[in-house]
Amino acid sequence: MGLIATPPDATVVSSTSPNWVTTRLDFLANWARTSSLWPMPFGTACCAIEFMASAGSRFDLSRFGMERMSFSPRQADVLICAGRLPFKLAPVIRRIWDQMPQPKWAISMGACASSGGIFDNYSMVQGIDTIIPVDVYVPGCPPRPEGLMYGILLLMKKIRGETFTDDRLRVEKLVGPDGLYLPPERVDELSEPFGNSVSQTRSS
Amino acid sequence: MSGTRQVEFTVGTPGLDAQGRPVVSPLGVALTDTGEFETAGHFDEMFGAEPMMVNIGPQHPATHGVLRLVVELEGETVKRCIPHIGYLHSGFEKLAEYRQYNQIIPLTDRTDYLAPMANNVCLALAVEKLMGLEVTERCQVLRVVACEMSRVIAHLVWLGTTGIDLGAYTPFLWAFQERERIYNLQEAWTGARLTTSVTRVGGMMADVPDGWDEALGRFCRSFPATLDEVDSMFTRNSIWCGRTQGVGALSAGEAINYSLSGPMLRASGVDYDVRKDRPYLGYETYDFDVPVGEHGDIYDRYLVRMEEMRQSVRILEQAVERLKKLRGAPVNVSDPRVILPPKSRAMSDMEAMIFHFKQVMEGVKPPAGEAYMGVENPKGELGYYFVSDGTAKPVRWRIRPPSFLNLAALPRLCEGALLSDVIAINASVDIVMGEIDR
Amino acid sequence: MSAPTAAQSPSAQALRDAFGAAIERVEVSCGDTIVYVSRERIHDVLAWLKETPTQDFDYLTDVTAVDYRDAERPLEVVWQLRSLARKADLRVKVRLDKDGPLDVPTCWDLWRGANWLEREVFDMFGVNFAGHPDMRRILMWETYQEGFPLRKDFPLRGHFSRAEQTRQALAVNPEAHYSLEELATADAYRNLPQDMRERLRRGERGGPE
Repeated sequence: MGLIATPPDATVVSSTSPNWVTTRLDFLANWARTSSLWPMPFGTACCAIEFMASAGSRFDLSRFGMERMSFSPRQADVLICAGRLPFKLAPVIRRIWDQMPQPKWAISMGACASSGGIFDNYSMVQGIDTIIPVDVYVPGCPPRPEGLMYGILLLMKKIRGETFTDDRLRVEKLVGPDGLYLPPERVDELSEPFGNSVSQTRSS
Repeated sequence: MSGTRQVEFTVGTPGLDAQGRPVVSPLGVALTDTGEFETAGHFDEMFGAEPMMVNIGPQHPATHGVLRLVVELEGETVKRCIPHIGYLHSGFEKLAEYRQYNQIIPLTDRTDYLAPMANNVCLALAVEKLMGLEVTERCQVLRVVACEMSRVIAHLVWLGTTGIDLGAYTPFLWAFQERERIYNLQEAWTGARLTTSVTRVGGMMADVPDGWDEALGRFCRSFPATLDEVDSMFTRNSIWCGRTQGVGALSAGEAINYSLSGPMLRASGVDYDVRKDRPYLGYETYDFDVPVGEHGDIYDRYLVRMEEMRQSVRILEQAVERLKKLRGAPVNVSDPRVILPPKSRAMSDMEAMIFHFKQVMEGVKPPAGEAYMGVENPKGELGYYFVSDGTAKPVRWRIRPPSFLNLAALPRLCEGALLSDVIAINASVDIVMGEIDR
Repeated sequence: MSAPTAAQSPSAQALRDAFGAAIERVEVSCGDTIVYVSRERIHDVLAWLKETPTQDFDYLTDVTAVDYRDAERPLEVVWQLRSLARKADLRVKVRLDKDGPLDVPTCWDLWRGANWLEREVFDMFGVNFAGHPDMRRILMWETYQEGFPLRKDFPLRGHFSRAEQTRQALAVNPEAHYSLEELATADAYRNLPQDMRERLRRGERGGPE
């Protein structure tokens, strides 16, 4: 409770004024991008198994053009963090994210990637959005493959709403000189215990 | 002018200096007295030759999780291979100290997430050992079903991913399609495909629904056909044999000394299976064989795991028969210290209400003591070691992970192997990082 | 539950005969026999258990440690041994006073499986295994500053704030141990002079950045 999020600025900041031509170009670019989003499966734990099941014959990510898993970040479009992220893995995901060229998006798959999940302890990052910017959060522990696909479809919807005239869109958000990607108060706020974790402080 | 001139010259053998030692040419190659060329000792210093270091992971295509291998190569041959783990360390053992025993069961799903039901069973067995509880017969049969289904799905993942690592993509799809059939069964029983949390201390989360045992029987009849298909793809395939036979071999004595377990140990020729040596859940009453390999190489591990899947189907068929006979039998013990009393009684009888309250508010309380319970998980011997001080939360929960010890032998297995063999050997060890790092 | 009629493993009596006062106590809990050994003789005891033909504990199941909630109780290091041929198990423990040095000899020379198991006990509890070839942290990263997580005085969420933990984690070089000298150093860690070990512990790294 008490998470006060600043509402996103509704106005688009752009140096090119959008017009009919730019909207047609946007449509084309976004169609191309959504039709073949190559995922970078940053699979760590159980969610990775459900991700693999999504890629299997029954659920089949191939119909979205996503069967080509790109394990090299240089050739990937969307980083799907499937599984929990301990602190030891944090510099790794940060580096992988930095290595991905724009345009890139991130899907946080599962409760652990979104908020730390059931692991509210010394070793777990409480949500990868404290390390990298996330576009879509897919809840579940693990989310069903249908859930992951819904998240992917949401991402596609988000991409379709993008415009290249928005200057703030393809900006790299790097780790600052203090060694953090967000201000420390924000990291602490995002990582606060909630739900059952609040009472999990007594050992006996 | 007559006379003689004095000319001084030195006669030497080409390649040897005045003292008779080989001369090192700038190329670092010397000609010895036998007429052979050899590289001189300080060639490496002169040209800075170092072994090449290759970093594999922690993010890499071999879908075995976040493992990092630092491999020191001399050409294509591995001089040293050092695994780095801990990239999935989630603090399970610390978390358990803050949870009641039944609350630890969801944690166990997430350690070995390829065989979640087997871990649930191990936890229930460990706490029941601590408390000295005997569960009902139907519960035992259900737990055997859970364990053997987990064995099948874990080995199927191993099969699919090992195929991908060695370049065969199609069996991955077949394996995952079969896994979906088991996932359907798991979902019908527990409500979840993967994170099942199927057991409770003293019983199970729920009995199987009607018609479930028939569905399991149908799976048992159709599954061996897929295994035969994979068999025809791999077992006598010359590429498969070439890449797996003689690679990554370990002798029986070394396998024991490295504390390996499961198919890794049995492929090296050691006939040790916890289900046969220290039977639990009535395994001694089931009719099944344990495959034991001979050479300890990747091919033997493959054969052992394939045969284990067939034996698991055999056990499942026997379990289905027993489930049919025990239809209607109670699943949970009727001990109010561990199992909630029926709601009707809790609402009407004072004592039952008190038991209900204590269980919900405080949880199951084993007496002070400690217990180690080892079970035969698909990866090897999984052991849970509990230390209790009489309260509802354990003092210590130690997971003895089979994959941790199996992976620790990787440097030994990769000695002298080629780089591509490292991938194959890593696949054959069949690790799951959730269990290794906990 | 230890029933008074529960039988002790015959290894317990054999140990008492062989080592006398070094065997501090023998217990039975839930059917398992537990032998408490003094720290000075633990390596001899383990070697005897492995090599004596009548004992033949050739398989090391587990090495771990237990820190009790009662701060007065000593830390216990636990070895689970097994004899495959005799189908027998034994649990051996050493009690370490938390005020003194947390030091036990390694059993890596007896069972190779002890290598990573002992590294994990070091990582989680801070127990040093003298003679271990590679005594480094295994689950947490090398330069982890917060302490030893499974100790009871270590809070569940760690000592530092989340922002500080994130900052320290992001500052770790993911390519550490990538250089040859790093690997070589790991093997020779025991023989390094103290100040160099300190510098390594503080995060100094050679090789490509």
